[in-house]
Amino acid sequence: MGEKAKKEMRAPIETGAPDGFQYMHPTMRKNFGQWKYHEHPRPGVLVHYANSGEEIWTVRAGTQRILDVFTLRTLCDIGDEYADGYVRFTIRSNIEYMVKDKAKVEPLIAAIEKEGFIVGGTKNSVAMISHTQGWLHCDIPGTDASGVVKAMMDELIDEFRNNEMPNRVHLTTSCCQINCGGQGDIAINIQHTKPPKINHDLVSNVCERPSVVARCPVAAIRPAMVNGKPSLEVDEKKCICCGACFPPCPPMQINDPEHSKLAIWVGGNHSNARSKPSFQKLVAAGIPNNPPRWPEATAIVKRILSAYKEDARDWERINDWIERIGWPRFFELTELPFTKYHIDNWRGGRKTLNSSAYVRF
Amino acid sequence: MKKHDTPMIDELENGPWPSFISGIKRLRDTHPEKRINEMTNDLLGQLEHSYETRKGYWKGGTVSVYGYGGGIIPRFSEVGDAFPKSKEFHTLRVQPPAGNYYTTESLRDLADSWEKHGSGLVTFHGQTGNIMFIGSTSENTQHFFDEINEKGWDLGGAGPCVRTAMSCVGAGRCEMSNVNEHKAHRLLVNNFMDDMHRPALPYKFKFKVSGCPNDCMNSIERADMSVIGTWRDDIKVDQEEFKKYVGLKGRKYVIDNIVTRCPTNAISLNDDDSIDIDNQNCVKCMHCLNVVPKALHPGDDKGVTILIGGKRTLKIGDLMGTVIVPFMKLETEEDWERLVEIGEETIDFWADNALEHERCGEMIERIGLVNFLEGVGFDVDPNMVANPRESSYVRTDDWDDEAVKWYEKADEKKDSA
Repeated sequence: MGEKAKKEMRAPIETGAPDGFQYMHPTMRKNFGQWKYHEHPRPGVLVHYANSGEEIWTVRAGTQRILDVFTLRTLCDIGDEYADGYVRFTIRSNIEYMVKDKAKVEPLIAAIEKEGFIVGGTKNSVAMISHTQGWLHCDIPGTDASGVVKAMMDELIDEFRNNEMPNRVHLTTSCCQINCGGQGDIAINIQHTKPPKINHDLVSNVCERPSVVARCPVAAIRPAMVNGKPSLEVDEKKCICCGACFPPCPPMQINDPEHSKLAIWVGGNHSNARSKPSFQKLVAAGIPNNPPRWPEATAIVKRILSAYKEDARDWERINDWIERIGWPRFFELTELPFTKYHIDNWRGGRKTLNSSAYVRF
Repeated sequence: MKKHDTPMIDELENGPWPSFISGIKRLRDTHPEKRINEMTNDLLGQLEHSYETRKGYWKGGTVSVYGYGGGIIPRFSEVGDAFPKSKEFHTLRVQPPAGNYYTTESLRDLADSWEKHGSGLVTFHGQTGNIMFIGSTSENTQHFFDEINEKGWDLGGAGPCVRTAMSCVGAGRCEMSNVNEHKAHRLLVNNFMDDMHRPALPYKFKFKVSGCPNDCMNSIERADMSVIGTWRDDIKVDQEEFKKYVGLKGRKYVIDNIVTRCPTNAISLNDDDSIDIDNQNCVKCMHCLNVVPKALHPGDDKGVTILIGGKRTLKIGDLMGTVIVPFMKLETEEDWERLVEIGEETIDFWADNALEHERCGEMIERIGLVNFLEGVGFDVDPNMVANPRESSYVRTDDWDDEAVKWYEKADEKKDSA
């Protein structure tokens, strides 16, 4: 590197996570840690009351999440003109505007809706789908993420802006089985059904073979010489088609336009309320990965939501509801097939079997 | 510039939900910078190609900024010949302020810098909690970082390193808050900037902080170290407010939705419609507080519960975090230092003992919780288990010594009380 180039290199300032306090609404700063209770006057709006007697009103809105700078500036314009210039984002990528005066709430809602954003996503609604990058930006995606979410939210929009569900519903999507979308009341995830297709000409140049061997959850990968070149081979009888080998070894292509399917999982719940946090369970698989609007997956999600809405009691999340009514009734109400693939055979899977005489008739 | 035909993704401009495709097209069609028009045009072209062939065309690589080894998600197109203007399309992961608070001014400032150097596409936030600035060339990642780094923004984690942390809205707005979530978030993660910016750990390590057991940050399921606000004295009850609620909703509703929903049967309804709580058996699940936030509040003796080892599927299957610290106060400077020390000791032990690409929870699964506790220096506690062991396959030669430890600890506790 020449002297000039060296001079131009600037050492980073390792400040880490900035202090959020500097960006917080003054009313929130003033009453930090001194909040007493909140109310939910209408979908998408929360009001928090402080011990001091002050209040802060929050309006929550859904957006497209992948924001262009124009949209981001529109959101800022709304914040400057109709709110107090302070915003935050929820874990599900909704924007929240905070204002001190109740009088500002209605004009703020009108301004948000005029620009095409959707007010809602609070309490017992179907919340915004938390999602990943997909074909837009990921290096290992089996499907798109933003597109699936857009297509699905178009259909679920009324459940987002109303509070007609028994409790909140968190949806997630993931474009591979690593499941970056996380746990959800309903999760729509890629499920591969065929072993990786290996480009043996590239493996030895691209992949650190021992690491790839170690990455396989079922020890189905072994080093091999193929066409005179060091490569890897997969014992296809053992392979569970999880795709864990693909990120460290791109020549082991797991994504398949036809055989990478969607699966739907239910009952993931991060909260400790009423019962301990729970992981999601498989309910449907083999669903076509069908861009641009994925109608088959959306139809199943809607079926599950409609059974839950109809049958669950107030405050029951999807996992609470199924715990009460039992899995046979769940499959009956949703008209989904129960198959041998629903029975867990992974390590520890035995704890998921019914070892009792508890049977509902 | 010839616009790519995009019949499939055009379908995503229909319908009432805001469309990201329309947003990308706005950049293509109306942004004053030709560089952005061309870049987003080719991005749309490649995305359409993905929709048509049902395959992704991005590959990773190595891109970073001077002085750091991570924080950038490199993306090189495999179909760059057809879509040359977006053939380098890296994402910068930038750490958000604790609690995800922004002013419109700070957002405008970030947008101004980003359109100078990047595609103009940004997400608040990705699943690891970062601001995702999506779409920059290798050269421009440095320029953009230099500009925003001078204004107090820093890169987040990518690769085998400490990752960007997350904390909830917290004490800024929520009455359920039991800890200064943002202080915990920043003290923990900002202590590990070297481990974040120069990836050299066995795999990723995530901190997440939730102010109460509603765990809005999904920390038990997703964080290697989960810090959750809680309290150990009684739930504070405003009986008059509670009676008002019973009057409003009726006894049946209150019994069905509060009393019988308590996971430890710690609640009963008195004859005068006030509430009776067996606080010793309350597990702080939050349900009753969520239903009647006006009448029921967290206690005053606040602190945190710490769980270690949450993660998703790869490689051995999903793991929830396990309670390592049932309760600790976060009041004095020593308390806060101890919190950071727990993070340090956990990461040190894990870095020394984990296999390559093994998350902390997977290591604990492999070596057993007791080996982890002994390695990091924690005493066993019955709060760490759902129930004691069910298998008799264990050697118990030193039972008497271990029992003595338990009694000694109980005596110490009595003395200090």
